[in-house]
Amino acid sequence: MQSLTAPSVKSNWTRELVAIWGYAQRNYFLTKRYFAWEVVWLVYSTMNALTIGFIGVGFGTSPEQANRMTTFLLIGTLIWSYLSMIFDLLSETVSWERWEGTIEYTFMSPASRITQLIGMGVYAIGYGIARTIIMFGAISLFFDMSLGNANYLAALGILGICSISLVGFGMVAAVMPLLSPEKGQQVTSIFTAVLLLISGIYYQVDVLPGWLQPLANISPVYYALDGIRATLLDGASFSSQWDNIWPLLVMGLIFPPLGVWLFQRGEMFAKRTGRLKRTG
Amino acid sequence: MIIISRHLYRAVDAGAGHLALCGRGNYLMTTFDIAGAVNALELHDVSKRFKKKRNEYSDALKGVSLTVKRGEVLGILGPNGSGKSTLVRVMSTLTLPDTGSVRIFGVDAVEHPRVVQRYINRVSVEASFFKKMSSMENLIFGAKLYGVTDRESRPRIKGILEDIGFDYARVNEPMEHLSRGMQQKIALARAMLTSPMLMLLDEPTTGLDPRSKKDVQKLIRSIRQSHDSSILLCTHDMGEAEELCDRIGILLNGELIAVDTADGLKRRYQQDGRLPSLEEVFMAATGTSLEDAEFAEELKDEAKPEAAREREAEEVGVA
Repeated sequence: MQSLTAPSVKSNWTRELVAIWGYAQRNYFLTKRYFAWEVVWLVYSTMNALTIGFIGVGFGTSPEQANRMTTFLLIGTLIWSYLSMIFDLLSETVSWERWEGTIEYTFMSPASRITQLIGMGVYAIGYGIARTIIMFGAISLFFDMSLGNANYLAALGILGICSISLVGFGMVAAVMPLLSPEKGQQVTSIFTAVLLLISGIYYQVDVLPGWLQPLANISPVYYALDGIRATLLDGASFSSQWDNIWPLLVMGLIFPPLGVWLFQRGEMFAKRTGRLKRTG
Repeated sequence: MIIISRHLYRAVDAGAGHLALCGRGNYLMTTFDIAGAVNALELHDVSKRFKKKRNEYSDALKGVSLTVKRGEVLGILGPNGSGKSTLVRVMSTLTLPDTGSVRIFGVDAVEHPRVVQRYINRVSVEASFFKKMSSMENLIFGAKLYGVTDRESRPRIKGILEDIGFDYARVNEPMEHLSRGMQQKIALARAMLTSPMLMLLDEPTTGLDPRSKKDVQKLIRSIRQSHDSSILLCTHDMGEAEELCDRIGILLNGELIAVDTADGLKRRYQQDGRLPSLEEVFMAATGTSLEDAEFAEELKDEAKPEAAREREAEEVGVA
């Protein structure tokens, strides 16, 4: 029996990197195994985006105005699809494991929680990009978007910075199912809904009631959309979007460590109260 | 054995059973010399209480003290609801004890969970896998959490599966296509893949058909015979406990009421010069048979209104 041969000696960093790859690879395996559902959701999201795009086509008094409105809406739809995917995957870190019944094995392994959250984040970003590219390709077949002046590089830069803060935001939300196995996931869905409302995805934030508008300032999605729309619709440069970039950088610096810190506190609470188990 | 800093440390020589945590720069060096530890597991006065609802608590463990020596198989007998799973969760670093200490190879599991996690693994009554993923995918993932790469794990997986009599041709089938017995073999393979020095087996044969049960028991015996692995086996199967374990503990209502060899327990409860069976020992020690204790536990659970059961599932962690 050769089975208990000791594994090769590795530094902690190497082990954690292997585990990060492990989480990302596991999510890839799951995507592959649930491929039919992935296709269903992709088709659903694309149809949804097309529906929203057609609202823009019938809008305005001139074709240019309609075109700009359509592009405005589609940018919002695609960016939201990408960012909400990152948020959802991160926030489901715990509920997913609990649902599959693997939570106890994952949490008793020596890989750290930071590693787990980074692994989930890496996959979420890769998966979100692939999904958004496919949706963008499909949508391009239906609409003539006004992207003649688009500064794609600047848009990607803003999206990249926003992704980091969204990963952190998702980490903050991921702690909820640790605090309450059932209600926690429901709370994260409320997080998503509030982000959708306050971030100006399908409209300018100034159409919101005055008391609601300040909430947009704490949403990374708001800054990302504002900046990306300026770079894609008007060809604005990266540096001209500093007013949108610095809040994203600050959130990118604050949210991930805050998320990890909260997650670790949540884990300790779950260990104290016996919530770290597969049922619940 | 003092941890000076929790930051910037590096583990070396973990595979050989000697873990050194070396600080960098001005950090001082701390060494966990687990190779010299006599006991694989030491629990001292461990208690755990869970809140059921407002002002109502349930004592899952009450001052449990036990020791598993290196290379020993310690069995824990107890009916459902006796605290066996909470005990295993405490040892697995998944539940923090309210009082008492848990030391694994001499290392405090509450203070340094990530150190001890390298040396333990577990097989529970539910196989607990990603059901749509294949055995190979699940095993690769499980190994990576312990820092074992694809290149290292694939040949080892093949070797382990051959050893345990798993049909390798089925390694790429989704787990949900496999029988419970086969899933449990994969669960054992997952644990073995990380070379644990302490295996926590929580009713690994419960619910298996007789053939699968025999296979899993054979596997546990072979792990014990071939390796420097210590095993804690929670079960409510008297025959299994007697056959596989060096010593047996009886856990009832969160209290460890006796620990001894099977013969020692029998001698302790013998009457009229006749050595009782383990079942009779259990009845004498607890005042009830294992079946009755389980039946009472089931009745207690069924008597609760559904809403209360749901609330408990939500709020309580009692095993």
